Amino acid sequence: MPIYSDTVMDHFMHPRNVGEIENPDGVGEVGNPVCGDMMTFYIKVKENRLEDVKYKTFGCGAAIAVSSMVSELAIGKTLEEAMQINAATVAKELQGLPKQKMHCSNLGDEALHKAIQDYLDKKSGKPVAAQSASEGHEHDEEEHCACPYCDEEIKDESLPYCQACKNALTFCPECSKPMAKDEKTCQSCGAKIKS
Amino acid sequence: MEKVYLDNASTTPLLPEVREAMLPFLGEIFGNPSSLHDWGDAARMAMDEARDNVAKLIGANSEEIIFTGSGTESNNFAIKGLAMARQNAGKHIVISAIEHFSVMNSAKTMEKMGFELTQVPVDKYGVVDVEALAKAIRKDTILVSVMHANGEVGTIEPIQEIAKITKEKGIAFHTDAVATAGTIPVDVKELGVDALSLAGNQFYGPKGVAALWVRKGVRIIPLLDGGIQEGGRRGGTENVPAIVGLGKAAEIAAADMSNRIKSLTPLRDYLLKELPARVGHVVVTGHPTNRLPGHASFCVEFIEGESMLMLLNMQGVAVASGSACTSKALKASHVLIAMGLNHELAQGSLLFSLGKDNTQKDMDYVLDVMPPIVDRLRQMSPLYSKFLKESKGVK
Repeated sequence: MPIYSDTVMDHFMHPRNVGEIENPDGVGEVGNPVCGDMMTFYIKVKENRLEDVKYKTFGCGAAIAVSSMVSELAIGKTLEEAMQINAATVAKELQGLPKQKMHCSNLGDEALHKAIQDYLDKKSGKPVAAQSASEGHEHDEEEHCACPYCDEEIKDESLPYCQACKNALTFCPECSKPMAKDEKTCQSCGAKIKS
Repeated sequence: MEKVYLDNASTTPLLPEVREAMLPFLGEIFGNPSSLHDWGDAARMAMDEARDNVAKLIGANSEEIIFTGSGTESNNFAIKGLAMARQNAGKHIVISAIEHFSVMNSAKTMEKMGFELTQVPVDKYGVVDVEALAKAIRKDTILVSVMHANGEVGTIEPIQEIAKITKEKGIAFHTDAVATAGTIPVDVKELGVDALSLAGNQFYGPKGVAALWVRKGVRIIPLLDGGIQEGGRRGGTENVPAIVGLGKAAEIAAADMSNRIKSLTPLRDYLLKELPARVGHVVVTGHPTNRLPGHASFCVEFIEGESMLMLLNMQGVAVASGSACTSKALKASHVLIAMGLNHELAQGSLLFSLGKDNTQKDMDYVLDVMPPIVDRLRQMSPLYSKFLKESKGVK
């Protein structure tokens, strides 16, 4: 299907490192079924390096290819190096992703970082509940949000509508991502909106 | 490799006979049907014949047919044109929650322009709740629009029952029959509607041509102002080759319809029964029996539609999905959500829409390639491993 690059298709058809790790050193979960993509990453750490990375992914072709690419990029890297892997690197290594897939499907780096954070938290004796606090991870890349109607990037988030298609927008009170005004459920985080 | 096209809800192929009928109008017969010379006459006569054939297909009078450029245009025209013509009588529009985007978004546009909109719910099979619709009607309701059948889940709607209500209250009633006209019997008098949309590429006609039928005496404001084409209701020089194709397709559909239904229905029922049996954890969407003859739709649990669609394509099978990932807006199908399916399940949506040339062999091929595809995606699905762990825990 021409919407995907050859590299995406290769990773989709032959995903690398799929699976779960028994007794993993860290686990990271991202996404939700409302958006369409979910990923769980498992890591094994040895002497500060990612000895093994595996994952399970629910989602479209892009989500599967992203997970596969992240696992390939991460294995053998030090934890610090692996924390540098971001959505842009992954997209580049995959020879690009369709614009509308950048937002929802390119979550692999986040899942990996959560797994590393989980490992670090466990090691330092922090309670596991703190695992979602992946503060070190910068969200700037993602703040360029796409309009849920026309997919154009939303440049000015202070407007109540999309500049490209003029459809009314509101922002999710939970995750502050843009959403259609009459929507009952946020597509990005699954929060139920009370009208 | 086998090639099995099961996406006829998106578009049917063009019949060779239809293409043949169109060819002269892409060549020597090029006149403008509004012109008063031989060249114009030739084009106009062909268009008149096409209009007769389209009218016959739906039991209408020829002068009630307005040719348009797409089903979407017909629906826009109906919603906006009928509402605008009635705005002095009231500003309330009622549609179902599972309408095509061209109806839903047209109604929402009218809402922005000062009209009020009520969307009526459907049951778990996607059948419009007629009681709720009756309750939704107010003194200032001027237009009701409910589709004849839903193209995504195949369910056929109780149009006649709804028409009883609208007739009694004197409200204009439009039905989007894009999924049904040319596929199952459609008779505007039997249905009791005031306006009806149909599109050529749903029954082996060309793309880019459709029609809106408006009952004689029902007022509608044109979307495209211009000359006196289409009785002054749609300006612009007519797309004569496409209209001729639509007419031919309508003629053939009327003659061949019962044969097509006879061959499609058992194939559909076979797929509806066999796929859930062979794959497991598969839910049929839409009404189990009162549905379009070639339409089999499902939600496959624990996996996502686009990845299934891509792997099926690798095996030469064309299908559609209503998952968020396959839609450009990344939203799960509003139809499935309105039917009460959760987002997780709606992501696994898969739609097989059969065409008149599909065979039992095609169905068997699909049933052979599906289980390994589903299995492969489930093996990498976190939802599936969660399910397995939980069901083990129960034991």
